[in-house]
Amino acid sequence: MIAIEGVSRTFAGRRGGEPVQALRDLSLAVQEGEVVAVVGASGCGKTTLLELICGLQQPDGGTLRGGPAALMPQRDLLLPWLSAVDNATLALRVQGVARQRAREQAAPWFERFGLGGFEQARPYELSGGMRQRVSFLRTLLSGKPVLALDEPFAALDAITRAEMQGWLARILGEQQRTVVLVTHDVEEAVLLGDRVLVMSPRPGRVVADLAVDVSRPRQPTDAAVVELRARALDALAVKT
Amino acid sequence: MRRWLLPLAAIVVLLGIWELYVTAAGVNSLVLPSPVDVFRALADDRGTLWHNFKPTAAEIVLGMAVGAALGLLLAVALHFWGVVRLAFYPPLIASQAIPIPIVAPLLVLWLGFGLLPKLVVVALVCFFPIAVTTLSALGTVDPELIKLMATFDASRWQTFRRVELPSALPGLFAGAKLAAVFSVLAAVIAEQAGATSGLGYLLTVTESNYEMSELFATVLVLAALAILLFGLLTLAERRSLPWVHRQRETETR
Repeated sequence: MIAIEGVSRTFAGRRGGEPVQALRDLSLAVQEGEVVAVVGASGCGKTTLLELICGLQQPDGGTLRGGPAALMPQRDLLLPWLSAVDNATLALRVQGVARQRAREQAAPWFERFGLGGFEQARPYELSGGMRQRVSFLRTLLSGKPVLALDEPFAALDAITRAEMQGWLARILGEQQRTVVLVTHDVEEAVLLGDRVLVMSPRPGRVVADLAVDVSRPRQPTDAAVVELRARALDALAVKT
Repeated sequence: MRRWLLPLAAIVVLLGIWELYVTAAGVNSLVLPSPVDVFRALADDRGTLWHNFKPTAAEIVLGMAVGAALGLLLAVALHFWGVVRLAFYPPLIASQAIPIPIVAPLLVLWLGFGLLPKLVVVALVCFFPIAVTTLSALGTVDPELIKLMATFDASRWQTFRRVELPSALPGLFAGAKLAAVFSVLAAVIAEQAGATSGLGYLLTVTESNYEMSELFATVLVLAALAILLFGLLTLAERRSLPWVHRQRETETR
């Protein structure tokens, strides 16, 4: 679904400063129906990678095939003047689907996502976890073949985050979607990903590719999860 | 309750000081009438005041509507085309330095003594604050939101209509509230340049007749009109943009 080979991306320095190389010789491939979690420290070019996958930026060198993906931003970024259902169907409306048809399309998902009865609620009437679920649904309903999740739960409190990770793991188990999940939380990556890619500090490239052969649902305390987490942390630490 | 009682108490205290000063110091009522005289004039002349209130209110409401429409259009044009913004923003600012008392008589000369020249003056004064606040609101839309729309393949126009324009509405209201206060002054200046009715016209007449209580009563009506306009706009904003209020509440938790 996505094949990135030897991609580099450099930004011009600010006010005549040194140019910043965000990504160097980065390669990764995402198969259909696969959930790939990308972990790395802050400033390792994760956001650049995500924007490349979403078609918001073009690489300077190398090739990028597949995508573009639909983005689920870090903050929910729901539009406060729209109801939950109209937020969820934003991409459909942009594609020209009539309001009523778009709402009908979203209705079963509200039940499935535990949002039943909240279709007409305004974002400020929803909890942080619910807003994030509406945000995910908005990305899902865009119909794009790949979903790009940018630290989707980073802004939530620890308890809600754990709940949402469990929820997303369940949804991804049922749905078989192609997902690129970018996070700085190694545990989240191991809990949600079929594969965990570890990125080096800037200029970012993939330094470890760990397959997560653990059946879902996974617990943070599972021996295999703990072991993979240690390996991912190892890969991160070696390069710092 | 506090929202009504506090400003009311402040007004009563200020009027009390004024009354005390006028009676205690024995100020000539030709220089400064006492509040009691002013309120008596307000009651006695209510017919005349109401008769002259109507054309002024019409000038302000129509002028503001035209000014708001122009201001919004201008803000959108400046937002969409960076070249237009670069070219026209400085002359636009310069245009606001032209004193309205100079322009108003010219407009009377060109457009006559009717409603039209007043409407133009009010619109001229209103469009600028509305354009500036709306433009600034359009420019402060979260860039992440623009990116999100891009990944949904939204066109420039769709991003504008679904994200930028609704985000800019609070800015539009902020400008309109400023404009509401300025518009009262603008209407008075326009009427003083040449009119046969209106509160500004009434000011000219009462002043030349040394009817100080009546003059102050007219000013009071103008002040009430400004507060009324501001209040109506605040109410309309709360009604049509409930999220602005609610979001502020949740953010300051």
